Amino acid sequence: MSENVYRRMTDLPSTHLLGGGTAMCAGCGGLQALHQIYDVMGEKTIFVNAAGCMTLLSIYPFTPFRGSWLYTSMASAPAGAQGVRDALDILREKGRIAAEDDLGVVVLTGDGAAYGMGLSSTSAAIDRGLDFLYLCYDNEGYGNTGQQSSAATPHAAHTATATGPSGHTGFKKDLFGLWVANRPRYAATVIGAEPLDLARKIEKAGRHSGPRLVLALAPCPTGWDFDPADTVEIGRLAVRTGIFPLKEYEDGRVVHTRVRRPRLPVEEYLERQGRFAHLFEPVRQQAVLDAIQARVDAYWAAVE
Amino acid sequence: MTRELLTGNGAAAWGARLANVDYVPAFPITPQTEIIERLGAWFESGEAPGRMVTFESEHSMITAAGAAAATGVRVFTATSSQGLLYGMEMLYTVAGWRAPFVLVNVSRGLATPVTLESDHDDVLAARDCGFLQIHCATCQEVLDGVLLAYRLAEHERVRLPAIVNLDGFHLSFTREPVEIPAPEVARRFLPDFDPGAIRFRASKPISQAVAVLGGGPYSYFRYEMHRAAEEALAVYDEVEEGLARELGRRMPVVEAYRIEDAEIAFVMIGSFATKAMAAVDRLRESGVRVGLVRPRLLRPWPGDALRRALARVRGVCVIDQNLSLGRGGVLYAELAASLYGRPDAPVLVSFVGGLGGRDICPEEFFEMASVTREAVASGRAPEPRLLYTARELREVRKLQSVALAERHETAPGASRRGGR
Repeated sequence: MSENVYRRMTDLPSTHLLGGGTAMCAGCGGLQALHQIYDVMGEKTIFVNAAGCMTLLSIYPFTPFRGSWLYTSMASAPAGAQGVRDALDILREKGRIAAEDDLGVVVLTGDGAAYGMGLSSTSAAIDRGLDFLYLCYDNEGYGNTGQQSSAATPHAAHTATATGPSGHTGFKKDLFGLWVANRPRYAATVIGAEPLDLARKIEKAGRHSGPRLVLALAPCPTGWDFDPADTVEIGRLAVRTGIFPLKEYEDGRVVHTRVRRPRLPVEEYLERQGRFAHLFEPVRQQAVLDAIQARVDAYWAAVE
Repeated sequence: MTRELLTGNGAAAWGARLANVDYVPAFPITPQTEIIERLGAWFESGEAPGRMVTFESEHSMITAAGAAAATGVRVFTATSSQGLLYGMEMLYTVAGWRAPFVLVNVSRGLATPVTLESDHDDVLAARDCGFLQIHCATCQEVLDGVLLAYRLAEHERVRLPAIVNLDGFHLSFTREPVEIPAPEVARRFLPDFDPGAIRFRASKPISQAVAVLGGGPYSYFRYEMHRAAEEALAVYDEVEEGLARELGRRMPVVEAYRIEDAEIAFVMIGSFATKAMAAVDRLRESGVRVGLVRPRLLRPWPGDALRRALARVRGVCVIDQNLSLGRGGVLYAELAASLYGRPDAPVLVSFVGGLGGRDICPEEFFEMASVTREAVASGRAPEPRLLYTARELREVRKLQSVALAERHETAPGASRRGGR
């Protein structure tokens, strides 16, 4: 396999494909990641969208994309991707379109669909070996409706539907693990705050065909309750505390692409976000903080 | 052209094959499954070109059908009953993409209770979704109807997906002689799909199915769909002329049987209309001037054609094989809306029957005709009636007594009650 073209920050694309002025919130970590991803993927792309925040990227008659767009539903974006991919393949085979008119098919979904309602159609697309990139911007809740708990919500976080002293009682589902268990062609976690790592993974994903996951943690100022100016910093802390491991799966192996030693205490990530404020005030919930730290430590102990 | 004994499902598969479909997203469900099995076998053997992909649900299947049609290929799919309802969100959604394709629905009653047998509650639940609806009474009509549906759906003045409906079991599994047109004849009637500007290409990016803000643009696009559906009425007549020319068979938007001098008329859709035709013949033998009017198209609703067909009758007996719970028969209400206010409007009598595979027997047709004639004579329509016989009620009472006995026998302490 050839050496990755993104070796240093100056190698990153200098032209930006995604237009501005969209309806996303200030400081949206999902949009930050999408900007970078789109620049690497290029405009010969069709985004097949599942209902979520980013459905509001394309509002008639405006779109920030230079390529194509198809909104589907909350549950069935991968099936829409299958229909488009199959139709393009048929048109290519029958010589009804030229090779240069072909498109890369990308599902664009939030965590609400990806971790829940959309799992069935996603799993089936992996089963069928669909050649598509599945891009999930994960803001850890039903963000577009005001940040209710989803299966991506981390333990103890306050959401619009978990407002008590314990916050969300469940634990964040391992979507990366679900994908990897089904042996996709490629899977990676990325974050906009680590653009070089992100670009390398998108470039690599683009070289493969088959089912490919890109799971982007999307720091969400409105849903997580922090200042929009801190999106990058929150993202960096997610990586440096080890709570969001950057990794990729390829050829049957998971490799961690950013391993921080020593890791920062997870508290440094939590205390910057209003959704975890109840763990510090009015009384410090030491047992909960310890439990969260212990889960992160156990994860990395297993890795290292 | 060949003549073969085909089931309704086989005829549907032949329709898709003769339409030269590129792509068939599929999901099995009784009583539809035979359609996709036949198409799958032809694609596998190379007898017909085409690609089938089995999805994990009808919701995904219909999404993929719309997405592939929006990319510019000819798409066919099929489902029944719960499957149609499971995909309901996507029926509404893909209709707005203005990417035409054909979906065959093999009608089957809806849960609860669960049944495999036929009525029209499933397809009528999809009445308002933007799909055109063609309803068939014979296996020949199923084959011709699929070809006709493509012409109609793909027409530049329409561009909406279409449902072709046939009754589960009564048509899906019943063999009838069907004329299968030669491929070149079918092709003359139905040339290749021209997707126009609605297709995804790298050189011509488009955004499909985007959000709108506010009721102004929303209403605009919904009205556009409504007008396109209405336009399909005029286009239907043109297309049907073409069918007659190329295939030598007629499928007028409203079928009228022995209506010229009729005093009363049955109105119904689907395969049971052939039972109504037999009843018409028997009643005519005994001197009752009765006919049958059967709309083939339910969406768009052929109001004018129905008014013309019923212009001279004095009583109309609407037989609904569906039940809008808390309202009654759907066809009855729709027809009433079309006839209301006409100075010499016929008396309308409503019957609901034939649910979940229940037969409608000749004697019931005779009775319904008799009630309708009494209504004409008195000028007053009776309350809508649900067809049910004393014998059926007795059978249900037997089942209930078994269920009740079981409940008593298995209740806590039942053994102590000994002789009960």
